[in-house]
Amino acid sequence: MSGPPRLSKMVQNLPPSGIREFFDLVIGMDDVISLGVGEPDFVTPWHICDAAIAAMRRGMTSYTSNLGLMELREAIAADMQRRWGVAYRPETQIIVTVGVSEGLDLVMRALLDPGDEVIVPEPCFVAYRAAVLMAGGIPVTIATREADEFRLLPDDLEAAITPRTRALLIGYPNNPTGATMSREDLLAIAKVCSEHDVLVLSDEIYALLTYEGQHTCFASLPDMYERTLVFNGFSKAYAMTGWRLGYACGPEYLIDALNRLHAYTVMCAPVSAQVAATEALRHGDGDMQRMVAEYDQRRRLFVKGLNDIGLPCFMPRGAFYAFPRVGHLGLTSKEFSRRLLFEQKVAAVPGTAFGACGEGHLRCTYATGMQQLKEALDRMGRFVDTLRQEGASAAS
Amino acid sequence: MLDVLRILEQDGRVPAAEIATRLGRPLEEIQQALAEIEARQLIVSYGALVNWEKVSDDRVYAFISVEAEPEHGRGFDTVADHISRFPEVHSLYLMSGTADLQVVVEGNDFRAIARFVAEKLAPVPGVRSTSTSFVLKTYKAEGRLLAESGGDHRLAVTP
Ligand SMILES: Cc1ncc(COP(=O)(O)O)c(C=O)c1O
Repeated sequence: MSGPPRLSKMVQNLPPSGIREFFDLVIGMDDVISLGVGEPDFVTPWHICDAAIAAMRRGMTSYTSNLGLMELREAIAADMQRRWGVAYRPETQIIVTVGVSEGLDLVMRALLDPGDEVIVPEPCFVAYRAAVLMAGGIPVTIATREADEFRLLPDDLEAAITPRTRALLIGYPNNPTGATMSREDLLAIAKVCSEHDVLVLSDEIYALLTYEGQHTCFASLPDMYERTLVFNGFSKAYAMTGWRLGYACGPEYLIDALNRLHAYTVMCAPVSAQVAATEALRHGDGDMQRMVAEYDQRRRLFVKGLNDIGLPCFMPRGAFYAFPRVGHLGLTSKEFSRRLLFEQKVAAVPGTAFGACGEGHLRCTYATGMQQLKEALDRMGRFVDTLRQEGASAAS
Repeated sequence: MLDVLRILEQDGRVPAAEIATRLGRPLEEIQQALAEIEARQLIVSYGALVNWEKVSDDRVYAFISVEAEPEHGRGFDTVADHISRFPEVHSLYLMSGTADLQVVVEGNDFRAIARFVAEKLAPVPGVRSTSTSFVLKTYKAEGRLLAESGGDHRLAVTP
């Protein structure tokens, strides 16, 4: 008698996502206000859906070239040039992927041999470490700190570099902290990468959701074009998470390497999503800007509200997350979000889901309706009061 | 000012302090803008968008295309002014195209509207002809979808 077949060591060792764990708690509960969602509450703008529907009617239902529809790659090239001042050839330097998620997986498999290291500043998107592990690499994490506004500091980067370092993986504006890096901040990082010959994988999926200051594309920095792979996608800025579409831009040899894996893994991204994305790039500015303006208002309201109820929160400058401090109330992040869920029915993700250094914090998505945000703040305020009373009676 | 108007257009009940927070502006500046908005009547009134089809069915709307006789030097203004003063008239527009005026009329039932057209609207001096279309169902009004929305399809927790 033997059990099910043995799984690979890699899968056995892959830690379950902290998000998944929390998700299992939430399902089945009623009246929960969820601040736990990493996606917009808007649906995809109608003109984008309409373009996809029209394409289906015309019979556009087949595979596309591996790299993606040429007209989409041309639109991406024009967008990269127009917004960030970086030129890519659509024929050879752009690959359309099944979300940034696929791009991250491809690049790790393309770069890493067993034991190779990728530097990953934390807290960060849950898939970063996993992508490295799935490719047999070793994620070397750097803890960023609230005192530094969760920016990556050049000295910390330098200290993490070893002879096995293959790449640095960064994502700013950041999920879960909302931190951004200014051009000066990035220049200091670029200098270290040049000196140590480190490749930079820059996940810029939240670039258009920058509310203060200007987003700088890493590849636009001096000397960085040849050593940067930029990832971007449609999920966040155009409210298109379910379409599963993203892209990577970079040096030809890297795009070619990604494409070799991509061609065998998925062949191409879904054609209707590619048509929709082309429409988004060509005519999506207005809707996108309206959504960004709305997030910006919610950001101000929500972050002020958090500070007012006694959850000190660093002002996020990008993405749609607030990352308030909760540790001073005497619970771990996990306990805090668990009790907040059960006692006040507000779902927010413990900071530790995004790296050990997220302890003491909570990730709250403000891509949630204004009324719900206000109600969530009321409930969270009541919960903070409860914890304070518990603390007071324990002390007396 | 435009930002303030946009917020109030969406929700007329947002207090000044919240507008200030959302826009990241000092409260005094918003209060001043609101005073100016009201003084200049940029906001005509603060009402609610009621979905009457859900409340009861004793309210009926009709869109009426009116051909009218323009007046020398005043165009359609006299006849439009006359029509607009009837309380049954919900809105009134001067149009391009075949009809000159578009009148939206509100009544308790179809007969009340038919009576209004025959006895009040058609006899207005300058009205040449009317063509009445009744509203059977409202899908969208004032920029808002009135049909049940699809709801939030997102999972409660995602990365
Ligand atoms: C930083 C970051 N990168 C990538 C992704 C995944 O994006 P996509 O939907 O394009 O796979 C997410 C989604 O939450 C994210 O937060």
